[in-house]
Amino acid sequence: MAPVEIDVERPKGDDDPGRRHPNTCPSCRSHYRDDELRHALRVCAQCGHHFPVGALERIDQLVDPGTFAEIGAELRAADPLAFVDLKPYTDRLLDAELATGLGDALVAGTGLVVGRPAAIAVMDFAFMGGSMGSVMGERFCLAADAALARGIPLVSVTASGGARMQENILALMQMAKTVGAVDQLREAGVPYISVLAHPTTGGVIASFASLGDVVIAEPNALLSFAGPRVVEQTTGEKTAPDFGRAESNLRLGQLDAVVPRRELRAELARLLLLFSPAEDEPTGEQGPVPLPDDATISGERPVDRVLGRLGLGRRRG
Amino acid sequence: MVRVTDEVRRLRKRFEARAEESHVWEAVQLARHADRPYTLDYAERLFSDAFELRGDRAFSDDEALITLLARYHGQTVVAIGHQKGRDLAERTRRMFGMPHPEGYRKAIRAVELADRFGYPILTFVDTPGAYPGVNAEERGQAGMIARSILAFCQVSVPVVCSVIGEGGSGGALAIAVGDRVLMQENAIYSVISPEGCAAILWKDSGQARKAAYAFRPTAGACLDLGVVDAIVEEPKGGAHEDVDQAARLLDQSIRQALAEAEAIPAAQRRVARREKFRRMGVWGVADEDGADTL
Repeated sequence: MAPVEIDVERPKGDDDPGRRHPNTCPSCRSHYRDDELRHALRVCAQCGHHFPVGALERIDQLVDPGTFAEIGAELRAADPLAFVDLKPYTDRLLDAELATGLGDALVAGTGLVVGRPAAIAVMDFAFMGGSMGSVMGERFCLAADAALARGIPLVSVTASGGARMQENILALMQMAKTVGAVDQLREAGVPYISVLAHPTTGGVIASFASLGDVVIAEPNALLSFAGPRVVEQTTGEKTAPDFGRAESNLRLGQLDAVVPRRELRAELARLLLLFSPAEDEPTGEQGPVPLPDDATISGERPVDRVLGRLGLGRRRG
Repeated sequence: MVRVTDEVRRLRKRFEARAEESHVWEAVQLARHADRPYTLDYAERLFSDAFELRGDRAFSDDEALITLLARYHGQTVVAIGHQKGRDLAERTRRMFGMPHPEGYRKAIRAVELADRFGYPILTFVDTPGAYPGVNAEERGQAGMIARSILAFCQVSVPVVCSVIGEGGSGGALAIAVGDRVLMQENAIYSVISPEGCAAILWKDSGQARKAAYAFRPTAGACLDLGVVDAIVEEPKGGAHEDVDQAARLLDQSIRQALAEAEAIPAAQRRVARREKFRRMGVWGVADEDGADTL
């Protein structure tokens, strides 16, 4: 669809991401109601910009309704270093859980993708920048365990700034731990499909996320070890506007494909078919992605029941 | 009376925190000391014979990371280590010990060679981090670090890793996945540099000292958290004060760790190594309402 050119006078400070409404497209300034954006899979109808998707909504987009079974939901981050920066780590965790309804930045489980079973690990950037700490490492390993136990492929969708500084060295060790889980899958011949969403950087892209048997990315996702700001500040080099973006990574041989979100579910279904044994006839219909309804898992979360009792609501819609 | 006691207690607590903060910062400075022995200084003293394996067979030879075929107490080993430089010219040539993807590709090559011939692998970790440049990114820095970690997971030969200076983030971990992981007394090991952490969380890289204290990159903390298996003593004042003595102490620890790693049956080493890292992490469990964290 060709973008419609409209000249609008904008107030000063409109470019500041902190002041922009989360449902306003940063690239073409189209604004959407939340349900509108949700139904469009959080892709701008005007320019194709991919907005961030929370973990639960991502599961609704990809997994057949009613088939997702969560694993390790009860795990919560501890605070081994009693870490305090400008705010205590425990406060940051609490804020993140209240905002997202999640116990940590990765949701693990099993489910059907267009009728084909898969173990699923999906990250949520809204939970402390999708940072990887002990809980994420353990949940990813639990998803890999499920894949291994049932002999079904593992699919991960990542969005992360990297390792979680508040858990310092233990966060770093999650890179080795999750790669160990991938090693186990490889040893057993269990396929692993890695989907990289914006942004996947630092310790997450430098560990399991890069090790998919197939690695695909969403359009324009930033996928780099160091972000452009760190590169410029540390080395003094200038970075091009397409630095580290999915399309550059595809050109440079780091990815198998860049897949728009509307096609992601069908593409995953195709890969799950291709990785399935020869005698397996395709069963599921490759219909359009169903729109989220009330039965979706992103509806009520444990935190909502507690908040409900307290007469409060979750901070994010 | 009571008030005075409280005041004394408060001051003592503050004093202890300050002392602890200085101790952490001292380790950071010693780990980065310009005279601190590097991989080659130890290689000279630990190995009776050595041949440097150079090049990644794909792009170039990254001198920030060296790989050696070496003789250690009568047996052949493969040694892999970051290498910083002594003078400006060498530092520039070796990129201050910050490898590009080709460095890790060379490490993978050495790891595979070791596994082919059944040679134990000894690594020496000393890097501020993997090089964060445009070229490094374009050649797949992240993916190569991941592949290097995977290569270390996959071998069935014994692997002993020693953090001898700066264990800087993923660039360090890329060669630090072993059956035994040692750490020198004044070495540091962290997910990000104190400066980087301060810049992000305190929004001021000048707060590095505070950040270091908060995230404890010290050998003691790493041992307590189960990340390293043993602390290697250093000569009084730090390894640079007496390099020969530092090498002797490191040698003793590596020999012992290697014997322990060799005691694991070869067929079980890969699984045992994986399980060792699988256990790392600390978490709690919420009740079904998630109320534990509320």
